[in-house]
Amino acid sequence: MQVVWLALIFSGVITAMLTGKMADVTKATIDAAKTSVELCIGLIGIMALWLGFMRLAEKAGLVQGLSRLMKPILRRLFPDVPADHPAMGSMLSNLAANMLGLGNSATALGLKAMQDLKSLSKHTETATNAMATFLAMNSASITLIPATVIAMRASAGSQNATGIIGPTLLATIISMAASIITVKLLEKTKWFKLEEPKE
Amino acid sequence: MKETLFAFVQAASDWAVPVLFLIIAGVAVLKKVKVYEEFIEGAKEGFNVGIRIIPYVVAILCAIAIFRASGALDATVNALSGVLAPLSIPPEILPMAIVRPLSGSGAMGVLSEGLKTYGPDSLIGNMMSVLMGSTETTFYVLAVYFGSVAVRRTRHTLAACLVGDVTGILAAIYISNWFFS
Repeated sequence: MQVVWLALIFSGVITAMLTGKMADVTKATIDAAKTSVELCIGLIGIMALWLGFMRLAEKAGLVQGLSRLMKPILRRLFPDVPADHPAMGSMLSNLAANMLGLGNSATALGLKAMQDLKSLSKHTETATNAMATFLAMNSASITLIPATVIAMRASAGSQNATGIIGPTLLATIISMAASIITVKLLEKTKWFKLEEPKE
Repeated sequence: MKETLFAFVQAASDWAVPVLFLIIAGVAVLKKVKVYEEFIEGAKEGFNVGIRIIPYVVAILCAIAIFRASGALDATVNALSGVLAPLSIPPEILPMAIVRPLSGSGAMGVLSEGLKTYGPDSLIGNMMSVLMGSTETTFYVLAVYFGSVAVRRTRHTLAACLVGDVTGILAAIYISNWFFS
């Protein structure tokens, strides 16, 4: 992440020096900082709502039930997470929300999933295999309805605004498969192997 | 056929959240959970999470803003279009392919511009739409999700996500090519 971050800033500022867009960069950065906080504050309410309902679902045994149902798949994807752990439920809910295109709810549930996964980890600052797998699935998540895109197409006067649903679904299934295969292949390689925490 | 399927999926998406609330609250009551108190107890955490992710969101969104506003993003697009020409990727689609993993709002801008210029039902318009729906804003997701649990060493996550993105982008382009022409 550090490399990505530095690369964005360095290449950005140096380009701005050459193109003379320094003033634009200043303004865009300040604006981005403002919108970032607005975004997070907006998320608080949605987080609270979902965390409240998720806690009810956990207490009612619904989360555990759902995870048990999906156990054959989940056990292969997340061998380090106990089958009845809340993390399974929150990861499943996040992926489901993503498929339905419920952006902010998906984020709230995804952050909950990360916390649940963290509670299983002995590592304070290092990602576990389960976290990596979850994020790889999340960032390539299967899309049933690209609602925003359909709306944009319709407003642009498309005769077939929903025609992209099938191809989008197919493309996301392929990218999801590629992400999962890659994450599983890489997690055992010597460059990325998870070290036991020093205590 | 296509229309009914779409109507069904759309309805599922509309119904999902309210019905889920009903089921969760209903089952919890039956299981004698103190529903109201437990809801509040869970909801309390929302504030902490929202506040905890602020620095990470600011860091990534500002870096992306610098990259975009400086023209570095456009320069990258121009530089890459030469390199990628032999892959039978139409050059018009490149801005979308490169912006999408970086910035959701940026990609939306590119898409609405593209739909206007090429028409939503043209091959390029369709291709851009499929691309928009088939990849996530990977850098933002990684920064915020890992940030929320203070994880610094992300190991192979970025690599795997990028492989997924590139696959998604290529799949979107080739599938659209085959599907819409």
